[in-house]
Amino acid sequence: MLTDQAGKGVHQGTPGPGQSAPNPLRTGGNLLQLVSPEGDRISHPEFDVWVKDIGDEQLCSLYEDMTVIRRIDAEATALQRQGELALWPPLLGQEAAQIGSSRSLRDDDFVFPSYRESGVAYVRGAHLSEIARVWRGNASYGWDPQRINLATPQIIIGSQSLHATGYAMGVQLDGASTAVLAYFGDGATSEGDVNEAMVFAASYQAPVVFFCQNNHWAISEPVRIQSHVQLADRPTGFGIPSMRVDGNDVMAVMAATRVALDRARKGGGPTFIEAVTYRMGPHTTADDPTRYRDPNELEDWAAKDPILRLHKLLEAKGLLTEDVAARVKAKADAVAAELRSSCIDMPDPQPLDVFNHVYSTPNSWIERQKDHYSRYLNSFNQPVEEGAL
Amino acid sequence: MTATMIKEFRLPDLGEGLTESEILSWKVAVGDTVTLNQVIAEVETAKAVVELPSPFAGTVAALHEQPGTVVEVGKRIVSFEVDDAGSSNRGSTPAAGNGSAVETSANGSAPAGAADAVGSPAKREPNLVGYGAVVEHTGRPTRRARGQVQEAHPKAPVPEQPRSAPVAVPEPETASAERPRSTPPVRKLARDLGIDLEQVPGTGPGGLITREDVQGFTSTPETVSEAPAARGERETRTAIKGVRKFTAAAMVQSAFTAPHVTEFLTVDVTATMELLGRIKGNKAFEGYKLTPLTIAAKAMLVALRNNPTVNSRWDEANQEIVQFNYVNLGIAAATPRGLTVPNIKDADQLTLRELSTALTELTDTARAGKTSPSDLSGGTISITNIGVFGIDAGTPILNPGEAAIVALGAVRKAPWVVNDELAVRQVMSLSLSFDHRLVDGEQGSRFLADLGAILSDPAMVMTMI
Repeated sequence: MLTDQAGKGVHQGTPGPGQSAPNPLRTGGNLLQLVSPEGDRISHPEFDVWVKDIGDEQLCSLYEDMTVIRRIDAEATALQRQGELALWPPLLGQEAAQIGSSRSLRDDDFVFPSYRESGVAYVRGAHLSEIARVWRGNASYGWDPQRINLATPQIIIGSQSLHATGYAMGVQLDGASTAVLAYFGDGATSEGDVNEAMVFAASYQAPVVFFCQNNHWAISEPVRIQSHVQLADRPTGFGIPSMRVDGNDVMAVMAATRVALDRARKGGGPTFIEAVTYRMGPHTTADDPTRYRDPNELEDWAAKDPILRLHKLLEAKGLLTEDVAARVKAKADAVAAELRSSCIDMPDPQPLDVFNHVYSTPNSWIERQKDHYSRYLNSFNQPVEEGAL
Repeated sequence: MTATMIKEFRLPDLGEGLTESEILSWKVAVGDTVTLNQVIAEVETAKAVVELPSPFAGTVAALHEQPGTVVEVGKRIVSFEVDDAGSSNRGSTPAAGNGSAVETSANGSAPAGAADAVGSPAKREPNLVGYGAVVEHTGRPTRRARGQVQEAHPKAPVPEQPRSAPVAVPEPETASAERPRSTPPVRKLARDLGIDLEQVPGTGPGGLITREDVQGFTSTPETVSEAPAARGERETRTAIKGVRKFTAAAMVQSAFTAPHVTEFLTVDVTATMELLGRIKGNKAFEGYKLTPLTIAAKAMLVALRNNPTVNSRWDEANQEIVQFNYVNLGIAAATPRGLTVPNIKDADQLTLRELSTALTELTDTARAGKTSPSDLSGGTISITNIGVFGIDAGTPILNPGEAAIVALGAVRKAPWVVNDELAVRQVMSLSLSFDHRLVDGEQGSRFLADLGAILSDPAMVMTMI
């Protein structure tokens, strides 16, 4: 398997026959890691400087966020099993990748997520009901993208990378220092959209970060079949510098994301980050990974659990006091309860709501269709109301 | 008095657009206290085996479905008794009908068993149950699958007709697979009035059924009251369940996984029938029930000694062929509950008397419907005695997991060539089906030939043991 082994200085000595030369566009070594699975802080000559401001308080705060989004994930999964959500794409195992990257962003940066970035949405400030309502089927969007600079979740695999690149090209025209970040998974790197986005991003040197969470499984397709090179080597073919980081190490993810964002702001163009992580749950609640996945693999990755790792680091530093543990638990409990109540008490959309967001300005054709549909519904002799949306 | 409520949990759509799931097991029992999100059941959908977390904290009041049952999405599966205050587990009081958990008011002092009485359906069907399509009639247009016209009948019995019990009604000769032409509001009106549009003649353009047609139909119920009753007797519908369902599944599985080959051999069994007569007269066999089946079974056990290949199994999971060094002889038995194939353990170790006793016990037990599950599992080869029905030959389907099955035909008198002359002899046909994945024609043929040789000349046993 060419994916997840930690180690530094993989390109040692002269390459043998058939081996490629060191890739000059790859930085961070074979796998950038600042916290080992055992919870030991590993120093790195190049990247330490990018996280030197992360003190005890920030570490606890990262731990809290990761714990909370894991709880959101568990509660949402339960809500789906109880018929309160139609579907849920679990993020279990990807907490460090999502928190480390989203916590590196500025408020004015703009983010284009896939459908699995519920943890990112939480950090960006989406309300829990806004996270839930798309998955409940009550609305076709979750939050106002302009309010939190977070686009609506993209279901189409990888197409948000094009949206992000286009947005970044607009930022260039504005001359702003905003950075743009697109999230996608390992499977998306095989899609045309992501490759086209990289062509444009490289050509225009757009201020965009391609953040790939390599969770090893594109539904049932393992990454090793999709790519015969490490995913971080794909963008270098487009001339885009890349980093390969331990996606279960929140510090490494933060360091790499900060490097990439800084490059974008300073006119250095796009960066690709491969965060090597693992989808510990199913693809969605409609999937059964035991049908295609070796249980030993899950066990191996459980040992590299992102929260467990930070937990060990905090304990070693003596930071995980009873107060802190209780505060984190209370926060997670409160968030879960709010998610549940806001989901269950959500008003149903009304039939005529479907016309509300087709155009931003009045449109006679839509009005005509709305009128027809309203009369059709009235033929059932039932009151027709517009709902809460 | 603490006020409590009964809250129901209806099976949600656990995948994307699933219509049913099978309850594999309950993790709780009636009377158990459960916490929010505690796992209460394991359920298998077409896509996955999933655990169901409890939507409430409270006490389990009733489990409405047994493990092994396939339950339609939207059907009530469990009821909980929860404190009124406990409803805060779901945030505030849930919006009516919103979601799969449905609450019904109950007297606080009601016993737990009262949950069964609280069967009144929610006023509105849950929004998300069976999402993608509304499960039942909620006042919205409902699309009915084409070609399922008959199934739809029982759901809309005409109230004025006591005889229109939910018996399936054959289609009228002129009926097409298309549903009757009408408009959605009229369909809803008909549904509300309990009128089956199939029965309503349309007077609108192109036979369209109008609102007036439906309203006029209600006022003259006698014009239709004869039709369903008269037709109802032309077919009887029985739910596919129990042994029938199991048999069907086993037969389909066997027929479509093991490539069957069937060979036939007709043999002169006059000598065997004479032997049978002599044994019956032997004092040592007094009180034993001896039939051609007994002798044929013994002959088969002898023939297996030199042809062990047919006493084997294809183990798909392990990619191995398992050859049994023992014989658990299955006997297909017609029982009141349907076909079962109990087997005689280690039949190859039994004497003829023991075999006779075992066969008698096995058939008696099976006919009484008391065969234990252990008697039904672990068979290595089977016999089906179709001869008792006067049948000569057939192409039996393998008992799943076995490589061969022999069908014994009826013993009849027939013209037969003996020493180049025609004679009247007792003749029997043997039909052998085998799994061609692991038994070749040669091995199957040799086994069948040996079995035939014994039955035509029992002394041939001397050459085989």
